[in-house]
Amino acid sequence: MQENQLSTKHLLGIKDLTASDIQLIFKHADEFKEVLQRPIKKVPSLRDITVANLFFENSTRTRLSFELAQKRLSADVVNFSAATSSVKKGETLVDTVNNILAMKVDMVVMRHASPGACVFLSQHIDVPIINAGDGTHEHPTQALLDAFSIRERLGELKGKRVVIVGDITHSRVALSNIDCLQKLGAEVMVCGPATMIPKHLSKLGVWVEHDLDRALAWCDVANMLRIQLERQDTDVRFFPSLREYSLQYGLTQERLDKLKKKIIVMHPGPINRGVEIASEVADGDQSIILDQVENGVAVRMAVIYLLAQQIQRT
Amino acid sequence: MAKKKVLMDDGLLKVVIQRLCHQLVENYDPGHKVILIGLQPRGVFFLNELSSQLKALYPGIDIPVGILDPTFYRDDFRRGDKQLLAHATKIPVNLDGYKVVLVDDVLYTGRTIRAGLEAMLEYGRPASIDLLVLINRKFSRELPIEPLFVGRSIDHYDGQKVRVIWKGEENPVSQVLLAQE
Repeated sequence: MQENQLSTKHLLGIKDLTASDIQLIFKHADEFKEVLQRPIKKVPSLRDITVANLFFENSTRTRLSFELAQKRLSADVVNFSAATSSVKKGETLVDTVNNILAMKVDMVVMRHASPGACVFLSQHIDVPIINAGDGTHEHPTQALLDAFSIRERLGELKGKRVVIVGDITHSRVALSNIDCLQKLGAEVMVCGPATMIPKHLSKLGVWVEHDLDRALAWCDVANMLRIQLERQDTDVRFFPSLREYSLQYGLTQERLDKLKKKIIVMHPGPINRGVEIASEVADGDQSIILDQVENGVAVRMAVIYLLAQQIQRT
Repeated sequence: MAKKKVLMDDGLLKVVIQRLCHQLVENYDPGHKVILIGLQPRGVFFLNELSSQLKALYPGIDIPVGILDPTFYRDDFRRGDKQLLAHATKIPVNLDGYKVVLVDDVLYTGRTIRAGLEAMLEYGRPASIDLLVLINRKFSRELPIEPLFVGRSIDHYDGQKVRVIWKGEENPVSQVLLAQE
């Protein structure tokens, strides 16, 4: 396998990537980031490629970010969202996708509520698939852009300490992040209420901590996950009240000021101001939340470009 | 083992680069906006050499330099087995109105230069673009592209490869080799 090429045909999860794959993606993301600073933020590489964005689950930022990345590579883009489609009429996933592919689509970006939906699809279709989030399983491009943003601030990730705070159980961001950071040699800790951390998680080689202040004292980077308010409405509640969660696990300026060093604060968005993160922290100088969004486009350009490179022109 | 012939040794290479420096200064009015742009990846080593010789010969003339990566503009993307690796681009100015001298080490089919020209236009509209190459492989062009400044023109057979090696890059001396594949 040549080193200028990814070792995988699809991006279904971080699981499929090697450390050198990730470095190759970062290398290209560096160059695409430069492209995005120019007056003409576009390269012609993918002008004969058509990409379908299949969003079976809602998304704003990820879908926009993918669409911008595709357009800045000059690809043709078709968008699809489940709410307005024949899925409502009972069509199966494979039928839906095969119908789209019959219109000569070269690549698929998919978000789906079911974990493993992309893996399933990859067994039935030929074109490269990028997972844009599958249920509580993986969200690989988010993990890549998070790691890329940390690397931009702190240099190589080897030996860096990252804590992921919040609802680990229901988070695809957490799982992909753990895998990606570990592949790059970082140490990872998860922090949250016991009800929101899966059993046996320490088997993945991560530290588990329930006290936010201790976790913050340990880390170089704190990645605050969104509290998924919609999950609080179900019969099973994961914490007594939002106020209690916020008191115990909310990141405030006061907590940051108590630390001996300046850590970096991240959030994959959308943020609940005043719940998992205080407004002044989200907007403060330690926050790189908007850098993450900016880097998302460059990282996704790199992934799409590298996967497209493997499609032979006929 | 591949047979290698030395086309230019360290000393000759230096003389040729100095001549190119004199030609650059001879051709361009220092009052005009001029920039040297090296093509990634190998043209950049040559550009560095050229630029430092230029500074040594003409300390009073300050010509800015930039580097340009044509990878995303190549016409062989997804066409062969060769995987293209992207490199950095650093153009310090808006190229509007500049006289650009595009610098590369070996001119062969001309396709890299074509990609470079397209990439460059994303950074402004230069007044003119000239091409400076160290080695011009004649009779192998696939596009109507010819250099204005040439270090050395060579004839060659198919299967021969020109390698420009720069001192420091794991090598004790700079030289230009012609290798039989």
